[in-house]
Amino acid sequence: MTSTGKSPWILHYNASSCNGCDIEILAALTPVYDVERFGIINTGNPAHTDIFLVTGGVNEQNKAVLKNLYDQIPEPKVVVAVGICASSGGVFRDCYNISGGVDTIIPVDVYVPGCSVRPEALIEGIVKAIGILEEKRLQLAMKKERNVLEAGK
Amino acid sequence: MNIMMAIIGAVAFLVFAPLIGGLLMGCDRVFTARMQSRVGPPILQPFYDVVKLWHKEKAFSSPVETIFTTAYLVLVAFSGAMLATGGNILLVVFSLTLAHTFLILAAYSANAPFSHIGAERELISVMIMEPALILYAAGIFMVTGSFMLIDVFRMGVPVIVYIPGILLMMFSILLLRLRKSPFDISTSEHAHQELVKGVTSSLSGKNLAKVEVAHWYEAMILIALMILLFSQVYIAAVLMLLVVFFLVLIIDNVFPRVTWQTTVKRIWITTLILGVVNIVILGIFEGVLL
Repeated sequence: MTSTGKSPWILHYNASSCNGCDIEILAALTPVYDVERFGIINTGNPAHTDIFLVTGGVNEQNKAVLKNLYDQIPEPKVVVAVGICASSGGVFRDCYNISGGVDTIIPVDVYVPGCSVRPEALIEGIVKAIGILEEKRLQLAMKKERNVLEAGK
Repeated sequence: MNIMMAIIGAVAFLVFAPLIGGLLMGCDRVFTARMQSRVGPPILQPFYDVVKLWHKEKAFSSPVETIFTTAYLVLVAFSGAMLATGGNILLVVFSLTLAHTFLILAAYSANAPFSHIGAERELISVMIMEPALILYAAGIFMVTGSFMLIDVFRMGVPVIVYIPGILLMMFSILLLRLRKSPFDISTSEHAHQELVKGVTSSLSGKNLAKVEVAHWYEAMILIALMILLFSQVYIAAVLMLLVVFFLVLIIDNVFPRVTWQTTVKRIWITTLILGVVNIVILGIFEGVLL
């Protein structure tokens, strides 16, 4: 694993979640689960982020905010939809104000189901996300190399 | 011969200071985790963080950020190298201040409120540090009769004997500049949050990595200044470092953050009581003591 996988900093955004999944995300940071073991830090700042955790089914009010946060995260980045609402809209799917899942607004890489999501499942999801992050870093490096080669021609 | 020694000292500082600084930050994170009954990250975590940041995509709030952060790193490293050559303490202090000016400019160049508040607070933090560093230089001058750091080693006894107050004052400055609670006003270290990372909030990728490495250099400069007071008795210096390291961690974990007003008051009062009084006493009894 490269340094990218050993230091995944997360950003957590609540897109109209009931706070159930948010509490579980914070629980993962407490001494019981201690995700800092894996170098994970809750940054609260899109400029420093690698993994974007989104909870909730996304309503009309936070569509723009979600898109904005996603755009501000530098590549390589991975989006994790935390909880069933973020994955598909959950029980709120048919509500008039819910867009039905994070993937209706931004591309999602990992879906972690559960209501609310269990910290174990969340950590499993983040481990999956770290794998994808590594792949994306490799792609980015290859793309950079290709650009250099093309510029050389 | 002296020039050779000076060059070797400078190169050794430039190479080893970030390695030792990064390891210290790693130890800090592990010990902090243990104090909170957590396992904590690997000891090399700060290096992983910096390498990861180096491979991130370039994303600027403003293109001048790169120039300012590079200048910050280069000048901090330069101050450290000058310290390692045993050069003029005043030049070290001034180039360190100039370095911080570039960090502040980098934060101001972004059109972001958190970054601006962070920059203002960094300015306050540097303003708090400055009198203390000047007092340190004055203390060294009063004892050795010169601003050249190499002259500290020509003294018969370690300078700490004459200026113990200066050491304690430097400890409060170390707390401030390591961005430790209760004085982490401009930004804060690792998992802590202040103003969404304050002065570094708009920096990302390589620029943030440079600021992080510069931070290790700065920590090593302050530690080197403290060690220098124990010029001949290195066992005492090592003991002092261990005590300081644990005190910094305990204070960081126990105390909540204070406002910037309280930070100014507390550190300046400490500087006044410990630094100024020490120098005044030294001035009055100069004939008897030296």
